[in-house]
Amino acid sequence: MSSKRYVMVVDTRLCVGCKACVLACKSENNVPDGYCRDWIVEDIFGIFPNLRAEIRSERCNHCSGAPCVDACPTGASHVSEGGVVLVSHHKCTGCKACIAACPYDARYVHPDGYVDKCTFCLHRVQRGELPACVGICPTRTLHFGDANDPSSEVAQLLRTRRAKVNHPETGAEPNVFFLT
Amino acid sequence: MPLTRRDFLKISSAAVGATALASGLTSKIWGLDGDPVANPGTDGDTVVPTLCELCFWKCGVLAHVKHGHVTKIVGNPAHPLSLGHLCPRGTGGVGLLYDPDRLKKPLIRRGPRGSQHFEEVSWDEALDFTAKKLLEIKEKHGPEAVALFSHGFGGSFFKHLLNAYGSDNVGAPSYAQCRGGREVGFQLTFGAPVGSPETIDLENSRVITLIGSHLGENMHNTQVQEFATAISRGAQLVVVDPRFSTAAGKAKYWLPIKPGTDIALLLAWMHVIVQEKLYDRDYLEQYATGLEELTAYLLDKTPEWAAVETGIAPELIVETGRFIAGARPASLIHPGRHTAWYGDDAQRARAMAMLNALVGSYGRRGGFYLPTKLGVPKYPGVPAYAHKPKPAPDKPKGVAYPFADETLAHGLRDASFPGTAAYDIKGWIVYGTNLMQALPEPRKTIAAMEHLDFILAIDVLPAEITGYADVVFPEATYLERWDDVAVTPYKEPYIAIRQPVVAPMFDSKPGSWIAKELAKRMNLAEFFPWEDAGAMVKKRLEAGGFDVAKLKKVGVHVAPHKPVFIEEGLEPAFPTPSKKIELWSKQLADAGLDPLPKYTPPEEPPAGQFRLLMGRTPTHTFGRTTNNRFLSEVFSENELWLNAAIAQERGLQNGERVWLVNQDGAKSGPVRLKATQRIRTDCVFLVHGYGHKSNGLRFAKGRGADDAALMTRVRIDPLMGGTGMNVNFVQIEKVTA
Repeated sequence: MSSKRYVMVVDTRLCVGCKACVLACKSENNVPDGYCRDWIVEDIFGIFPNLRAEIRSERCNHCSGAPCVDACPTGASHVSEGGVVLVSHHKCTGCKACIAACPYDARYVHPDGYVDKCTFCLHRVQRGELPACVGICPTRTLHFGDANDPSSEVAQLLRTRRAKVNHPETGAEPNVFFLT
Repeated sequence: MPLTRRDFLKISSAAVGATALASGLTSKIWGLDGDPVANPGTDGDTVVPTLCELCFWKCGVLAHVKHGHVTKIVGNPAHPLSLGHLCPRGTGGVGLLYDPDRLKKPLIRRGPRGSQHFEEVSWDEALDFTAKKLLEIKEKHGPEAVALFSHGFGGSFFKHLLNAYGSDNVGAPSYAQCRGGREVGFQLTFGAPVGSPETIDLENSRVITLIGSHLGENMHNTQVQEFATAISRGAQLVVVDPRFSTAAGKAKYWLPIKPGTDIALLLAWMHVIVQEKLYDRDYLEQYATGLEELTAYLLDKTPEWAAVETGIAPELIVETGRFIAGARPASLIHPGRHTAWYGDDAQRARAMAMLNALVGSYGRRGGFYLPTKLGVPKYPGVPAYAHKPKPAPDKPKGVAYPFADETLAHGLRDASFPGTAAYDIKGWIVYGTNLMQALPEPRKTIAAMEHLDFILAIDVLPAEITGYADVVFPEATYLERWDDVAVTPYKEPYIAIRQPVVAPMFDSKPGSWIAKELAKRMNLAEFFPWEDAGAMVKKRLEAGGFDVAKLKKVGVHVAPHKPVFIEEGLEPAFPTPSKKIELWSKQLADAGLDPLPKYTPPEEPPAGQFRLLMGRTPTHTFGRTTNNRFLSEVFSENELWLNAAIAQERGLQNGERVWLVNQDGAKSGPVRLKATQRIRTDCVFLVHGYGHKSNGLRFAKGRGADDAALMTRVRIDPLMGGTGMNVNFVQIEKVTA
């Protein structure tokens, strides 16, 4: 197991929900029309005029205890470098067991028949670049890095800011954190 | 140590690992999978820096090209306006380039105006015909009878053509229909307009007041970047908006003001700041005049008075007024951008400018910078325009807007009705602006066109206005053409270039080529002495001593920083008549107008009707991008925002489709209803640019509602002729099967 743990840290205070992340991902990863690997959730709480908002850029959580990997009967869904959860297209039969297992609805069946989702742009990360969504983000809401490296920006953010994850109750140990 | 299920799996698979190394079971757990990480292969063989034109901000982008195909567009890290980051539209340039609905061939109209019945013709035929028609108008009515409506950087070539032809009647809806009132209000106060990019130092602001700006939905890249930087540095927001905007969701104070009452709030804030002497006394003593008159004027503009008008509690007005002053001088009252709302918009902008003056933010860090820019010499040897054109007939006979400093686009339209203005407009050239949505009163626009001898439209897409043209020229997109050198006044002095990334698709041509070809056919070739726009740009850059090869490679040249703030040693100049910031305006008094902003209560919507407000979404630039299928993946049609309690009262369901009918019976829709807590009960909100009718816009046609169609009346700004458009009311009708 690699000693790296790649995580994404999303600063909800800065996000304006513009969806630049969604489109940059689609364009970088050739995501087919009608599908996306990341998306925006706008939660509004309260009654006019006492309102509160939270905007989150969401994607696959690359869980440390990924239910999708456990559910995959063929080994297509697997844990790769830095804990990134990937799907090997040629091993995937499109059975959708992983889609049922994922607490975050982060996966879809690609029109070519395999299951697809966010890869943390590992192909970019491996050559020292940031994921496409992080690279484009005009508000610098998105941060990416190795949480196991205490000097990394993400580790520092997680040490100094209040962070939460989506659906902690599933025990999947998600690796996308939201600063509030 | 308790053993989890996952740990158990790891151990058991390790035991069988020796024999099952290649199986999925093993590899999925140990990460020993031999599969390489799939590379989607969207990196370009070449990467070309250029300038975006999805909006008018002109961010630097890098376009990736693989086998002649643009695969993706990312931000140019070297460009000061993008700093390597882009808004969603920037990425979406690919959706424009490969839009299947693009205009592909020159067209000549064969049916009645508006019938959208055209014949595809050769460039020669279309150009010859256009030149003939334009020369006929010149001969019969004089060159000034031709007007150019233009929006976008590429319009510079057609402006040059029109000037050479003998007319200076160039109107951009971005003035009288958008930011004009703001420019005039700031010009009168500080002696300079706000400009674009707005000369604001958001990133260093400590308190940002948004009153009539929904930054974050209005997605000017650099501003949104700085806005987020400011928030991350601890800046606090005061957001005044009838709608719980994205920015309101991040604000310390959200004031859901009654629409049309901003001036009352601004005056009351100034009342608090002046009464409590919270203003920057030294700054005002040094740089401003008229504090005495202002103080006297504000005496009765109390928070209690404003509370009745605005619906904001007096205590909250006092508290926020103090809060705004408390952060001075790094307290920025954002000047906004689209401000053509109620007909007193220049005065409203004045009030915002004055409030900025009171907190001493103009010329200060965290407030307004005084921009610098680089000079690029003109192309050598272009003759001076031979004819001195008559002034624009952009006002009705006998009417003057003393402070209008650009031509009014709707005024040129109205001058097309014979005998109504100083002289008649007989021909239109429409470049890159869909007048059917960019101007209010679209029926009037259609009626005006009936009187014209000739209409030429130059566009990338078959926007509604092209359906009324006699000739339509298909322009190459910004990714397929050169434009002029971009010289932008900004915090840092820089220049940038737009260069072609791929060759023009179909039979489209760059605007620069079209203008030159028309010039040749109208005996104006000497005004276009360059081979093409690329050669023109090269020569200008060389003349200025710039490294052309480097600019082509990097896309931008940034010069060393020069002082733009008082803190940096800049001595601010205020080019007003008094050379000072004019709180009380002698210019206005001399023109018989209010020297201090006067509040006029807005007309109330009749029972059962709502004030129609319009705004932006981050994904789109007006109707220009609404046919972009790529961008529409994340925003495909506008919705009518209606207060949820009202919706419930009326039995309207969230998501159902409704018609909008305005006070004059104009109808638009059907549009999906968004029943939400995020808006007041007396107004509704639409994102602008939807409800297309053009058959050619096969994706956008029929999606959502068109706010422009519902703007059948306007209130004209007496200072500068802007069209206040938030004076229209709509009722909501259910869609019956």
